[in-house]
Amino acid sequence: MATFEFVLPELGEGMEAGDVVQVLVSVGESITEEQPVLELETDKAVVEVPAPVSGTVKAIHVQAGDKAAVGQLLLTVEMPVATAAAADAPHTPAPAIVSRPPTAENGETRATDKAVPRPPEPPAQTAQAPPSQSVRTVFPPPQQPQPSEPPRPAVPAAPSVRQLAREIGVDINQVQGSGAGGRISLEDVKRYARDLHARPASQQSRGALPAVTLPDFTKWGAVERQPMSNVRRATAERMTQSWVTIPHVTQFDKADITDVEQLRQRYDAQRTQSAGGKLTITAIVLKVVAAALKRFPQFNASVDMTTHEVIHKAYYHIGAAVDTDRGLLVPVIRDVDQKNILELSVELTQLAERARSRKTTLEEMQGGTFTITNLGGLGGTNFTPIINAPEVAILGLARSSMEPVYNDSTGQFTPRLMLPLALSYDHRLIDGADGVRFLRWVVEVLQQPFLLALEG
Amino acid sequence: MPPQATQLAIIGGGPGGYAAAFLAADLGMQVTLIDQEPNPGGVCLYRGCIPSKALLHVAKVLEDARQATSWGVTFAEPTIDIGKLRTWKEGVVRKLTGGLGDLCKRRGVTFMQGRATFVDATTLSVQTTQGEEQRLTCTHAVVATGSRPTTLPHLTLDSPRLLDSTSALAIPDIPRTLLVIGGGYIGLEMGSVYTALGTKVSVVEMTSGLLPGVDRDLVNLLSARLKKSMAAIMLNTTVVAMHEEPNGIRVTFEGSEVQEPQQLFDKVLVAVGRRPNAQGLGLENTRVELTPRGFITVDAQRRTTEPTIYAIGDVAGEPMLAHKASHEGRVAVRAIAGHKVAFEPHAIPAVVFTDPEIAWCGLTETQAKQEGRTIEVARFPWGASGRATTLDRHEGVTKLILDPSTSRILGVGIAGSGAGEIIAEGVLAVEMAALASDLALSIHPHPTLSETLMEAAEVFFGQSTHVYRPQRRRSDAPRVGLASLDGFEESG
Repeated sequence: MATFEFVLPELGEGMEAGDVVQVLVSVGESITEEQPVLELETDKAVVEVPAPVSGTVKAIHVQAGDKAAVGQLLLTVEMPVATAAAADAPHTPAPAIVSRPPTAENGETRATDKAVPRPPEPPAQTAQAPPSQSVRTVFPPPQQPQPSEPPRPAVPAAPSVRQLAREIGVDINQVQGSGAGGRISLEDVKRYARDLHARPASQQSRGALPAVTLPDFTKWGAVERQPMSNVRRATAERMTQSWVTIPHVTQFDKADITDVEQLRQRYDAQRTQSAGGKLTITAIVLKVVAAALKRFPQFNASVDMTTHEVIHKAYYHIGAAVDTDRGLLVPVIRDVDQKNILELSVELTQLAERARSRKTTLEEMQGGTFTITNLGGLGGTNFTPIINAPEVAILGLARSSMEPVYNDSTGQFTPRLMLPLALSYDHRLIDGADGVRFLRWVVEVLQQPFLLALEG
Repeated sequence: MPPQATQLAIIGGGPGGYAAAFLAADLGMQVTLIDQEPNPGGVCLYRGCIPSKALLHVAKVLEDARQATSWGVTFAEPTIDIGKLRTWKEGVVRKLTGGLGDLCKRRGVTFMQGRATFVDATTLSVQTTQGEEQRLTCTHAVVATGSRPTTLPHLTLDSPRLLDSTSALAIPDIPRTLLVIGGGYIGLEMGSVYTALGTKVSVVEMTSGLLPGVDRDLVNLLSARLKKSMAAIMLNTTVVAMHEEPNGIRVTFEGSEVQEPQQLFDKVLVAVGRRPNAQGLGLENTRVELTPRGFITVDAQRRTTEPTIYAIGDVAGEPMLAHKASHEGRVAVRAIAGHKVAFEPHAIPAVVFTDPEIAWCGLTETQAKQEGRTIEVARFPWGASGRATTLDRHEGVTKLILDPSTSRILGVGIAGSGAGEIIAEGVLAVEMAALASDLALSIHPHPTLSETLMEAAEVFFGQSTHVYRPQRRRSDAPRVGLASLDGFEESG
């Protein structure tokens, strides 16, 4: 028998650590390759970590509630020799599978691993409330070099450069070489290390500013301190970042949706329900917004302040905030401009269900160009949504209500169903007049849906 | 004897063990080096690299003297005083091992002559040459016990006519005929020595070519020469039986190319490989684990599955080369000293000290093909080298294995006289991630064989001073093999 030390693999872009929710196996249990062995909650999702090998669990090195960093020892698995033999390819300088003895020194190494600063967060997925949990995503098992697979080409760096990287704890494979043929210089390694250390500082300035000294709350009564969940912490950081870096303006308006509501009710029963969807005002607004984004392209863009460029996107992927029991999720609907409202309502219904049953994948929450958040179901007259960076605008829908609306032609007040809208936009890119034009157009199309066919 | 204690115990005084011991002492550790010989050196110095190279040097002189006739200088047939030759060779070994013993003393390394076994992870029992048992406790241990020749269990003969690399190096006599079983580097080096001394040497190799695993274009140059100098090279052939007779060993061959299934040889040298010395060390009393092939399992720091025990050199895995062991020894000691180090070479050079020599490092064409990697090969034939021509040794080739997208040098292969000396530049190029232009733009001394590296890099770009191929362009020039050597101009 040979033992295999299973360390936490890279779970996905930007993921460095997570909380162990549950260990799904026990010592002595025999496991098969790809069988989920534990559940891990990261910033973005609860993931099942699959076993990379088959064998018998010899030892478990983590328990529920522990923080686990990438590279941390999770399990010791005893493998049949035949499996282990694959690792013993001749002429391999370092064996592919190396049993790491559990020693104090290793423990220190892992502690150091954890201390490595976190890379920047991946692009946001959330609207006015931010990235949330309850997503179940299964990642592929960590890649072990197989004799049959071509090994990764040796990193283009001189031995002295590789040594420096190792000494200062930089993964040389992550360093971008600036030299001919991508050769990595000493300077490249130092720059990478500097950036790595600069990042948490700037994150801190984004996430923690203004630094607030908290009073001693116990002076006034009993308190309880609870650690923030990963989701809450990510939310706090992302929202602060957006709030601090983006000059927000929120434009309000109201749309008379009396007519469109009648249409909605009629077609919901007739068409969408039989297609498996639910025709909601959100689905209709999705379609209207996609048309508006085409008309006002600066709303379908991102700002790059390091290069002073505006990035215009030729696709229309719109995120829709979904309330779930574990928080707010923002799955993204792709190519909204190419789908009809019927298709959108079916997709939206399915996405919402998937989100609520924790099945949405990370990919499904990435790549949005605009976000819609509908809090109307819960109430409120209006609100100021926070932009889901790096997008530049977000449209909020509040609760629609019957209001007396003065009719110029009849000279009378008539009861109309009014939908309060709030458009927050990035004032670095979008001027106030454009904000009004965008929102007015959305309002007019909602009031006269024919405009969608006429102008959209 | 009362038990002794040391910080670091190193078992095996070969190039891995003594390099580790010396570095550890220089870093201020208290070191005990244990070996069965009176001085450090190991197989490499006592029965391997060093004595064989001394003999190969003699072989080269003999060969050069014979060739000198065509240069207008004729020597008399050499008279070989085998006793004196042996004495000289042993003097070389004594000088070097004695020097190592002296370095041990000067560095304060405790040298124990004896055989060590693990009682537990931190206790060794050393059976000294005086027949006493000495207990030694240590904080860390490095296993550097090397390897020994593989024997053929079905072909054992208790006869002085049957040699292994050790007894062959002792040159008990110069046999009239010698069969070398195994066409690997040890068999070919020893076969070359005996050939030069006047023995009719035959080589039998089980696979379809000499030096299995080495790029064929390099091996072919050697095979061509050996076919002339040796009595026979039998490929795709196995030895199925050996019987001692009054006049020699009768060997029975099997294989499609066998012409005479039974032949008589004065001596037979078995050189079919080496296997790690991981048995009989008491490793079962520790948590050290072995791979299915019998090597000690180690990580990038050369640490075994027993946290205080490290393993280096032949016993820790392929390739079994002295310089790889020394490097590993230094990695292991630095790891023990708490430095952040790893064994992660991009290029481990290998040299076959035949005539012509074959040397390579980094990626080989064979390996690239097996792994399905896209490469380009730039070859410079030595026929176009002025230096090779002055040596009257124009057979040879220097080739670069390159990444076509970046022109980075991934590997170097050389066949030719003195290839082993110039491969070092290839190692540096690969380790430094040099591009073809780095080599092409570095001025190399003229006239030397090292120029062939520079010109191979020029070949990659389609323009080489001494190779003229008007029809070739950058994209296809590197693909030109030795088969099409027409069109190049020889000049000095």
